[in-house]
Amino acid sequence: MYVYDEIDQRIVEQRVTQFRDQTRRFLAGVLSEDDFRPLRLQNGLYIQRYAPMLRVAIPYGLLSSRQLRALAHIARTWDKDYGHFSTRQNIQFNWPRLEDVPDILAHLATVQMHAIQTSGNCIRNTTTDHFAGTAPDEIVDPLVWCELIRQWSTCHPEFAYLPRKFKIAVSGAEHDRAAVQVHDIGLQARRDEKGEIGFRVLAGGGLGRTPIIGAVIREFLPWQHLLTYLDAILRVYNRYGRRDNKYRARIKILVKELTPEVFRRKVEEEWIHLKDGPATLIPEEIQRIERRFIRPQYRKLDLPEAGYTLALVRDNGFANWVRRNVHPHKVAGYAAVTLSLKKTGVAPGDASAAQMDAVADLADRYSFGELRVSHEQNLILSDVRQNDLLALWQEAKALGLATPNIGLITNIIACPGGDFCSLANAKSIPVAEAIQRRFDDLDYQHDIGELDLNISGCMNSCGHHHIGHIGILGVDKQGQEYYQISIGGAQGNEASLGKVLGPSVSQAEVPDVIEKLIELYLARRDSEAERFIDVVRRIGVEPFKECVYGKSHQEPAPRSRSLAAA
Amino acid sequence: MANLIKNRRPAADPWQLLEPAADGGQPVIPPHGDIIVPLVTWLEQRDTLLSRSGRLGVWLDSDEEPALLGDDLRLFGVVAVNFSQFTDGRGYSIARLLRERYGWRGELRAIGDVQRDQLFYLARCGFDAFALREGEDLQSALSAFGDFSEAYQASVERAQPLFRRRILASSDGMEWS
Repeated sequence: MYVYDEIDQRIVEQRVTQFRDQTRRFLAGVLSEDDFRPLRLQNGLYIQRYAPMLRVAIPYGLLSSRQLRALAHIARTWDKDYGHFSTRQNIQFNWPRLEDVPDILAHLATVQMHAIQTSGNCIRNTTTDHFAGTAPDEIVDPLVWCELIRQWSTCHPEFAYLPRKFKIAVSGAEHDRAAVQVHDIGLQARRDEKGEIGFRVLAGGGLGRTPIIGAVIREFLPWQHLLTYLDAILRVYNRYGRRDNKYRARIKILVKELTPEVFRRKVEEEWIHLKDGPATLIPEEIQRIERRFIRPQYRKLDLPEAGYTLALVRDNGFANWVRRNVHPHKVAGYAAVTLSLKKTGVAPGDASAAQMDAVADLADRYSFGELRVSHEQNLILSDVRQNDLLALWQEAKALGLATPNIGLITNIIACPGGDFCSLANAKSIPVAEAIQRRFDDLDYQHDIGELDLNISGCMNSCGHHHIGHIGILGVDKQGQEYYQISIGGAQGNEASLGKVLGPSVSQAEVPDVIEKLIELYLARRDSEAERFIDVVRRIGVEPFKECVYGKSHQEPAPRSRSLAAA
Repeated sequence: MANLIKNRRPAADPWQLLEPAADGGQPVIPPHGDIIVPLVTWLEQRDTLLSRSGRLGVWLDSDEEPALLGDDLRLFGVVAVNFSQFTDGRGYSIARLLRERYGWRGELRAIGDVQRDQLFYLARCGFDAFALREGEDLQSALSAFGDFSEAYQASVERAQPLFRRRILASSDGMEWS
């Protein structure tokens, strides 16, 4: 956990004072709605369907138990007793009153938190691997670099009014768990042959209306140059990104229209002027940031106790949970544990104030007082002793947080959808619930195996439907809520974008369609080891199309005609 | 007349800002007085403008290229950058380029949709003069420069980013915790 120094704290507090005055002037009629909008957005405040929505930053998904308790307090005091963890490792409150927001932000500042730049056309919260610092396959711990980027991007004077929002993700492991290929900038930390840290820089990736996999614009950027290179990319985007059309304004469109080669050249031309300038990083700063991180003091642990091993054999429920929700750790004797926020009947990513308090207690007792928010909208205790797993499981189960479904079909990523969001075409939460109910049988879920199912209520793709093995997108069909289903998307190293199966279907039909897809997959897989996504890649989309829509939809009409003529 | 802030104080404005005619054509150039002309006017009527008696300034729109001014910069008494809407952030980059790359040290003025709540960042990017939008409260605007007492990044105002200044300060024996 990074601990603020006096200056970090002061910047956050002054931001609260500034926003308090802006809110006062808005409420007094001095600031117009148009003039206030970008200011409130850059402090996390949307005006939503029913009430304002406040998005609080959880920088790179890292939270202390004290901070989580503060979030619970906010949910209880100013909201309806719950919060929603988002796919960008943030938390959203759906019911605050506009006039209360400065007080909420002031409360956040007391626990070194803020809502700075969680919305608006600026650099947003940097995200990373939810196992950062603990994953066995990690090459570079990304946390220090994420904090450096947080500081660099916070109140950056040049980039507060970009053409559109801007998201940076950092991964430091062999397996990308931060979706770096679908971010405006993706940074893959690596080491050169001398062991020096650097980054592979990708730009122009993104989901939304025009999903694109990012292009590599630099294979290896030595760490000293990280901030000057980011400045160069952002400056090129700020100056040349499209501002005439909101839907063409993300950096991915600029990279695509210029071509990655030309974009890269423009960045390099800009960078020549910034390279080795004052913003060049120095070892002292890296060490200073590292020293301000409180790291878990791991103990040298003995082998797992007999009780743990015995419980694995005796208790199928525990064994299932360990199989799905417990993840390997770089330190022997420890494990990372996902507390699932995907229990059937609860909106994906939602947690009550009581649950937040309880999880904070679990973090204190089992995981050095720290936890993570994953982009899959779950909470993670990252440093649990293996010998504590059984006790933790029992407690998590009592709290409704031990659904053993991580990586399975019911671990659905979903945006808040039409129930809350004013942008949405269709609801997400009831669709997620209907699918969870259809596949409620745990044995069946485990038999289906690894499957990412993601739901977005509109083209903005907050639910990452493009990179779900199965993706569901809410669309508006003459005022009716319909759902377009795609398959073949994936996150991680082999990121790919899903292909649309066919015409959209009604809400009631969605679980049937999903079931047909699963049945076909089960019939066609060559073994239990072959995952849904593997089968889609092997046999293609056509057989799935056919099983959902029948033979008639298989061939496009003109081709059928020419075949008939032949 | 709009309020002008210069070097963080209210200031009188001797300059007349010339805008393109309603049909997009060149503005009429007055024979005397200090004028700020659009970039295109400068590029097209350079000789006429240089033969006048008054001082000369130039203004750029957010999609215009400051590199076009090149060595001409020495001829100007003021350079202005227009914000047609405050949400168009290109002017921030233009200001930094003028200051940090093209060496402009004279008055750099923000014109157009210039409001109180953008002044702090504008100043950090190198603007030292602000022609406030009609209706902006001058006293409130003057207080904007104190919104924050520190900033992380390198900027025109402070070329050294916070992380370098911290080290300098600690080697001077100051405590930064």
